[in-house]
Amino acid sequence: MSKEKLKIAFYWAASCGGCEIAVLDINEKILDVVQIADIVFWPVAMDVKYKDVENMPDKHIDICFFNGGIRNSEQEYMAKLLRQKSKVLVAYGACAHLGGVPGLANLSSKKEIFEKVYLSTPSTVNSEGVVPQPKTKVGEGELEIPEFYDTVRTLDQTVDVDYYVPGCPPAVERTLYAIEALTKDSPPPKGTVLAPPKSVCDECPRKKESKKVSNVYRVYEKIPEPEKCLLEQGFICMGPATRGGCGARCLKANMPCTGCGGPCPNSPEQGAAMISALASILGLEEEKEMYTEEKVEKLVDQIKDPIGTFYMYALPASILRRRVIRQ
Amino acid sequence: MSAHEKREFEPKIVGFLCNWCSYAGADLAGVSRIQYPPNIRVIRVMCSGRIDPVFILEAFKNGADGVLVSGCHLPSDCHYLSGNFKALRRVTLLRRVIKEFGIEPERLRLEWISASEGDKFAAVVRDMVEQIKKLGPSPLKMKEGEE
Repeated sequence: MSKEKLKIAFYWAASCGGCEIAVLDINEKILDVVQIADIVFWPVAMDVKYKDVENMPDKHIDICFFNGGIRNSEQEYMAKLLRQKSKVLVAYGACAHLGGVPGLANLSSKKEIFEKVYLSTPSTVNSEGVVPQPKTKVGEGELEIPEFYDTVRTLDQTVDVDYYVPGCPPAVERTLYAIEALTKDSPPPKGTVLAPPKSVCDECPRKKESKKVSNVYRVYEKIPEPEKCLLEQGFICMGPATRGGCGARCLKANMPCTGCGGPCPNSPEQGAAMISALASILGLEEEKEMYTEEKVEKLVDQIKDPIGTFYMYALPASILRRRVIRQ
Repeated sequence: MSAHEKREFEPKIVGFLCNWCSYAGADLAGVSRIQYPPNIRVIRVMCSGRIDPVFILEAFKNGADGVLVSGCHLPSDCHYLSGNFKALRRVTLLRRVIKEFGIEPERLRLEWISASEGDKFAAVVRDMVEQIKKLGPSPLKMKEGEE
């Protein structure tokens, strides 16, 4: 190849680290990537300091894969720095794309989280009531740690993002597709979510017959039949409201979709889409005339933890973004 | 919040009314000159089953203190046969969700109002305005700038 090698960077913010592993899941294909690209920054695998990134010229990095949401000042700083140093910034994985599982912390405030984690859990011994402070005075001077924010944000609520790779973590085929799409001469338009537009249901091999759910089960309560649609069996499956591109992996393993692919195109919010879809098919056995508002309350009571179910990965990207903080 | 607002809080209520029953009911309230507070902004939709949860969440996000969803009476008044049932299930479910977001579920109200119930429409609006005045402004409006 006559072309100069691409410069690629990976960074890890508020996420579990699974996305880093997902990069390696492409197995021997990583050798093809190394053929066309140099990895210039990857804290999990290489010893490159923040200072080295700060010293790079602007737009030095060709493609930066950024995983994780933004929950503290260090992550915000790195998001802004990498935006400045990269030609293309990719929100890689559900946390950067939508906030992800750490985004469920938006149901609490910083104060509530600190109280729980550092003071009130039964296994905590903290008689002096020490909670993290951005600045601490010690004998040798002042120590500084990143500031913890009240609200987890997605990457694109913090900086301008060029592309999104959905998934928790992104499926191998999504990662390969992203690398292929972004390294060819005519990349997709800015803002593209690098996944097919159809829902998980479209990729799901299960048989779908009557759309009616009257009893809701959680996965530990019943062993699902292997070939029938899980929603029809009463398991809340986020498939109808979730963008595909994963090959319905979870469904093939007899587990309902939890929604890591995010909303389908033109759907403003994944949670609302699922509430709408589920409410359409939640039904009682009785005839319509027997339906009362009390019975519907009971029907809906079966859905435990609605936010954790409908917004597992997308709370920070939802319309309301977080629980209201009352002063 | 300005001193003026503190003195007299006038809630903003968004009303999604179905074309066939509730909007006609509201219209009847108007032509019959029934008095009711002007706090409601009515949006006509073809059916209460058309009301996407997104509409309601957007209304709250944009500063609504309350949202009224109204459609044809159960069980069999719906022009499209089952739209009102869908609305009932959606609103019931959504009330639980907004509660988790920190919005009082009472701010989201579902009522069945037929085309002949102008008086009921006026009574619902009066009652809702009173109830929301007691609750105060939407907590989303009081939210301070985050971090």
